[in-house]
Amino acid sequence: MKLARDTGLVFGRYFGLFIRNPAWVALGVLQPVIYLVLFGPLLKSISSVQGFPPGGAYNVFVPGLLVQLGMFGAAGVGFSLIAELRAGVIERLRVTPVSRVALLLGRALRDMLSIVVQSLILILLSLPFGLSIHPIGVVITLGLIALIGLMTASIAYALALWARDENTYAPIIFTSTLPILLLSGVLLPLGLAPQWLRNVAALNPLSYAVDAARAVFRDHLSDPSVTKGVAIMLVLSIVAIAIGARSFGRAVA
Amino acid sequence: MEEVINTKGLRRVFKTRARAVEAVAGVDLHVRAGEIFGFLGPNGAGKTTTLRMLATLLPPSGGSATVAGCNLLTQPDRIRERIGYVGQAGGSDREITGRRELEFQGRLYGQSSAAARKRAAELITMLELEACADRKSGTYSGGQKRRLDIGLGLVHDPQLLFLDEPTTGLDPQSRARVWDEVRRMHDRGTTVFLTTHYLDEADALCDRVAIIDYGKIVAEGTPEELKRAVAGDVVTLAVAGDQQRALDLLEDQPFVREATLDEGSVLLYVDRGEVAMPAILRLLDGAGLTLMTIGLHRPSLDDVFLRQTGRSLRETAA
Repeated sequence: MKLARDTGLVFGRYFGLFIRNPAWVALGVLQPVIYLVLFGPLLKSISSVQGFPPGGAYNVFVPGLLVQLGMFGAAGVGFSLIAELRAGVIERLRVTPVSRVALLLGRALRDMLSIVVQSLILILLSLPFGLSIHPIGVVITLGLIALIGLMTASIAYALALWARDENTYAPIIFTSTLPILLLSGVLLPLGLAPQWLRNVAALNPLSYAVDAARAVFRDHLSDPSVTKGVAIMLVLSIVAIAIGARSFGRAVA
Repeated sequence: MEEVINTKGLRRVFKTRARAVEAVAGVDLHVRAGEIFGFLGPNGAGKTTTLRMLATLLPPSGGSATVAGCNLLTQPDRIRERIGYVGQAGGSDREITGRRELEFQGRLYGQSSAAARKRAAELITMLELEACADRKSGTYSGGQKRRLDIGLGLVHDPQLLFLDEPTTGLDPQSRARVWDEVRRMHDRGTTVFLTTHYLDEADALCDRVAIIDYGKIVAEGTPEELKRAVAGDVVTLAVAGDQQRALDLLEDQPFVREATLDEGSVLLYVDRGEVAMPAILRLLDGAGLTLMTIGLHRPSLDDVFLRQTGRSLRETAA
């Protein structure tokens, strides 16, 4: 009860900060549009390459873009936290009786919401270009992307609380998200990859999310890879939230 | 008298890759209900670390403490409900208005939104923030910002308020207003625990003070008690040439309780300055040392600090 109330309060604070800043809102809407306008035209010709999975270019690429949006969209959230650490905001919040889990969850849910809205915009904008997807598929996909966002944001906040400084946080977050994304097959399906790369990718939990999203976009909603991908992301999100909440609870010197 | 803070052997060790640093090395503190307690010490002495431990922000490495009637180690949640804390950095977000911050803070302490709105309005009036309450705090002057930060620590009317260097970086006028605010809290019965490295601040504001150095309490008492313990009077003098010669000559005299060099002058702690001065003049004359300046003053907390730590707080604070 207290957790729900506190989470709502923290969410309200950070959602308010976001929504009161027109620049952030505009940027949030613009991002998916940029993906489509600057990347979409490339898709037409590439889908004829041998080994390219069936189902139309947009149905192959959009799931990857969504996963990328989920991860990149949440990876940078630690920067604002570091600014708040410096201004003493986090210390001030930690000295109140507010739930430590809520301090993490309220913020991460805000990040999650903005990613889900962006994803929805990207899906809707892709429809005129030939994307076809079942409404239930949209729901599953958004749920999956939400989990990726929640997980990435929680880890990003834990990392920011540990690093306490942009110059430590930035290199770690960028050098770690890039290989994770590349090894998940977000850009090009790993079906095109040599065996060794596929073996490495099998160790990357995010590749299961990409597999799940691609299956959904092929209308294979009952494919085992969907359940597997969602389950893996769900477990990892819970672990990430626990880690993030612990970071908020623990004192940092 | 009831003690709001009571610590026994409170310790905090920070481990770095190379070594472990004992920032707080066994602190025993007794802060009474309703008093303004000053915690003095140079930078790095352990002031802020002690304060953050008492405010539940940092778990102690050892020792025990009772804060606002609750056990620091086992009941941090209960303590959080009863204390307010204003850190050095403040804690308000530049992008949020003062009123919104105050209301949000009240909600975090469990107030309904109506109660939080009412309390925020009260604090805005009390702290004279009416003119800026609905602007983002990033636009505030230093004094306004500090008053808002203090307001954030007061939304739930805590019985104990921690202030970490509340006047550092403020202009004299803003500083005086913060002092007034602290006195008003005191009048309402709130216990205030503040750290400072301004000795005049501790002298003017605090009922009792403790001096911490290298993680240990080196003196505790009312400012008067501490000053009385140093000496009756302090003689400050400077000679032409090497001050060390004057120090060597004077420190062995029976009427000198203690002598030290500070910022190019000799400080002598004596029982009765008016008796000591003629003797000092005769001795310097006899040794062929030319006296440049000489002064006599009552000991200040800076003298207490210098005597207890061997350093001047003014130079370490810089």
